[in-house]
Amino acid sequence: MNKVSKMADIDIRAVRKSYGKTQTLHGVDLCFASGEFVVILGPSGCGKSTLLRMIAGLEEITAGEIAINRRVVNRLEPRERGCAMVFQNYALYPHMTVAQNIGYALKVASVPKVERERRIKETAKVVGLCEYLTRKPAALSGGQRQRVAMARAIIREPKVFLFDEPLSNLDAKLRVTMRAEIRKLHQRLSATSIFVTHDQVEAMTLADKLVVMNKGHVEQVGQPLDIYHRPASVFVASFIGSPAMNLFDTRVEVDTASVRIGAAQVPIDPALAARLRGRDLTIGIRPEQCVVLPDGGRVPAKIDFIEELGSGRVVHAEMGDQTFAAVIGEHVNVRAGDRIGLELPSSQLHFFDRDSGRRIDMEINSSVPQQVAGASTLAIAH
Amino acid sequence: MIQRTPIADAFTYVLMVLGFILLIGPFIVILAGASQTLQQINSVPFHFLPQDRFLENASAAWSRANLGTAMTNSLIMACLVTFGKVALSACTAFAIVFFRTPLKHLFFWMVFITLMLPLEVRVVPTYAVAADLFEPFRLLISALTGTEISVEWNLLNSYAGLTLPLIATATGTFLYRQFFMTLPDELAEAARMDGSGPVRFFVDMLMPLSRTNMLALTTIMFVYGWNQYLWPLLMITDPTYKTTMMSLGALLPSENSLPDWNVTLAGSLIIMAPPLIVVAVLQRWFVRGLVATEK
Amino acid sequence: MEKRSVFNSWWLPILFALPQILLILLFFYWPAIAVMKWAFTLEPPFGGAAEFVGLTNFKEVFADPFYWKSVAVSLIFALCGTFFTILVGLVLAIAVDRQLPGSGLFRFLYILPYAIAGPAAGMAFRFILSPERGLMASVNAAFPDFWNPAKYGTHALVLVIVIFAWKWAGYTFIFLLAGLQSVPRSLAEAAAMDGAGPIRRAVDIQVPLLAPTLFFLLVIMMTEGFVGSDTFGIVHSTTGGGPNHGTEVMVFRIVDEAFKGLNYSGASAQSIVLIGLIMIFTFIQFRFIEKRVHYK
Repeated sequence: MNKVSKMADIDIRAVRKSYGKTQTLHGVDLCFASGEFVVILGPSGCGKSTLLRMIAGLEEITAGEIAINRRVVNRLEPRERGCAMVFQNYALYPHMTVAQNIGYALKVASVPKVERERRIKETAKVVGLCEYLTRKPAALSGGQRQRVAMARAIIREPKVFLFDEPLSNLDAKLRVTMRAEIRKLHQRLSATSIFVTHDQVEAMTLADKLVVMNKGHVEQVGQPLDIYHRPASVFVASFIGSPAMNLFDTRVEVDTASVRIGAAQVPIDPALAARLRGRDLTIGIRPEQCVVLPDGGRVPAKIDFIEELGSGRVVHAEMGDQTFAAVIGEHVNVRAGDRIGLELPSSQLHFFDRDSGRRIDMEINSSVPQQVAGASTLAIAH
Repeated sequence: MIQRTPIADAFTYVLMVLGFILLIGPFIVILAGASQTLQQINSVPFHFLPQDRFLENASAAWSRANLGTAMTNSLIMACLVTFGKVALSACTAFAIVFFRTPLKHLFFWMVFITLMLPLEVRVVPTYAVAADLFEPFRLLISALTGTEISVEWNLLNSYAGLTLPLIATATGTFLYRQFFMTLPDELAEAARMDGSGPVRFFVDMLMPLSRTNMLALTTIMFVYGWNQYLWPLLMITDPTYKTTMMSLGALLPSENSLPDWNVTLAGSLIIMAPPLIVVAVLQRWFVRGLVATEK
Repeated sequence: MEKRSVFNSWWLPILFALPQILLILLFFYWPAIAVMKWAFTLEPPFGGAAEFVGLTNFKEVFADPFYWKSVAVSLIFALCGTFFTILVGLVLAIAVDRQLPGSGLFRFLYILPYAIAGPAAGMAFRFILSPERGLMASVNAAFPDFWNPAKYGTHALVLVIVIFAWKWAGYTFIFLLAGLQSVPRSLAEAAAMDGAGPIRRAVDIQVPLLAPTLFFLLVIMMTEGFVGSDTFGIVHSTTGGGPNHGTEVMVFRIVDEAFKGLNYSGASAQSIVLIGLIMIFTFIQFRFIEKRVHYK
């Protein structure tokens, strides 16, 4: 499903990692093209950082191969791999000034002092640190430390940038700024970048290519929008998107072309229904795609509570024994306790096999126009 | 803050002054006695006020116990022991903490067990080793290969003999180990990414970062080194290598001569001075070192 | 606890650890083995190789009443020394912890005795607490023979215990003060709200919370009292073990028998007993420290 570039800069083949008997990575195969900005997304403990550290050379590879520019690097020391890394807690050298921090790699590489200083100045200019070169890390703000960490990576002119949750220690506002800066930086330097995060917003906004991981497996690889619209598994569906996708366990009703969600029957494409009959299903629909009709619709529900987002509202509703979230515009006039109707456009339903959690691909989605129709229903709903 | 009652405060001050009399009183007695004349010091009751004879008494003590040589030797010994302990414990802790080797456990336990072998219980054989440093090697080699070799190195009456057997230190090693463990993993990782190897990391990162530790360890080890008693007593027979602790005996008034305790006290004050100054001036570091080494 | 990221080299760690390991092997393990050997062998009086004698040396040691006297002396010395150092340290730590004006100066002063070597302190105290001059002369003038450590073993033992407690009180003070300062202020404040006065607070809140520190100091001071180098130094320079073996602690007796009595086998057997004792103390301390790590 992905265009696999022949110029792959980083090639990860059947890579496994175990600590003693516990395996944390179960055979990962990935291919990153040169210049790509790859984001690896997953909950904590999914193995994303381990994978990154294996590429960096900080973690031994239990089985499999990692190649950078077609050269297998399994046995190479970090310094021989041409990667630079930005750490979550920055890992600045506390006893060195900003300039010394930035220039340390060059000093180790015995770059002559004059050139070293020139390059430190240059790099400092790129990240906007020129006035701070003589300070110690302790005297810097979080954002400035982050910039030092980036400068330290940039100055080496690496083939590969590795980012290990670099923004998670920053406050929300700064995070947005730094996100934009990282993206700009990538456009400017165009080195292959691998960015590990558990924040889906970061992932969606930064990635050329998004890798979603869970429990040591790669769940899905693709462009962010593709993954958002066609999540390959229940896990990806629930992990990406906020508020999270509504998921219901259900089956196709006997002799009908509909599925039961709560107390309601939602009709689906008859051809699809015929194919799915008899299987245990998990059905998903994004809260943005549910349509709330204040005067009652096909699916009756009762509003539990409402979350204000400013730009819109999230309605949490009960229908039968199921709970449900839907995004509505700010002008829709509903209150907690109101009885409402829901419209669940069948074109927006995602079907997953309940046992495997994998997506059941639907021919129905090829009839794309309905997708647009769904979005417009939402707009009209107020 | 809790409100204070005047009675409780007064009681607290009484306790603190009592503590002062108990712990600092002896220093006052020594100071007073060291500055008195022979008659004054032997008078009953004792006069607690210092007099003006300190310099005379001190110079008498200085020449009687040959304190010039002794102070120099003690200073050399304390510095060598301190330097050795700090350097070796940093190196050993580095090996134990920063490498993936099965030997690290062996090293750790070998160092740990030395805590259970104080000098007093192994004093004779340790003396024997110092008197003939290569004996263990000779025995090992002849046991393994059957060849007799005849190298000897006698440490008696030498600075090496005074210091080498005292340099191994479990507390220092553990202090450094503890410190290294608290450093974030990312520090070593960042250094590795920057191309630094282990030795460079040790010199460029660990040494500068452990400056406070080093200072704390240095103060307690200097006091330890200066105050060594039993080992110099055994090692040294040559008066040119005598340390201050060995000179204490020479300061005592002998049985049948004048009870000139004023001179004795002046001499002991001189001997006490260096560690006292270190603890007083560097108390912050000294206390930090003490608390840290026992954790 | 292990570091996540470590360097890969098999020879560098050996190189770094080697100097200290070599010194340890030479000056700790080799002599320890020799002690072991001597404890179970006996050198014939007229030369020749040492022969294995099993537990004979131990039996001989245990049959000697002076050995048991040294055990008793050591026990009294360590117990009393520990008790008084901790008592003084605790009272002073609680007082200083109230942070009244001037308590910083007292804190600074209380630590100073710890800088003094046991033998040097011993010599000074020979004057300070001498029966003929110094502080006790006036008392002796009023009550003849009230105090004479040169004559009475008990007095001599009191003297060395006083010196030991004087030197080490500052040490326990440091640890207890640190322990007190780690007790959250809010606890004392809560007790004050409940109406507890300062002494009540000290007894009900502070001392119980100090229990780990107190126990730790108890073990440390007992070890120090039994085998600390100051113990030997104080006894050797102050009383020389006398009068009449009255201050002959175990470490002093070992060194004395070895170098004066040239009884290596007997001294070694006693050493083994003492090493066993240290191992017990170390074990207790280690268990305890392990536990303390869990608390955090």
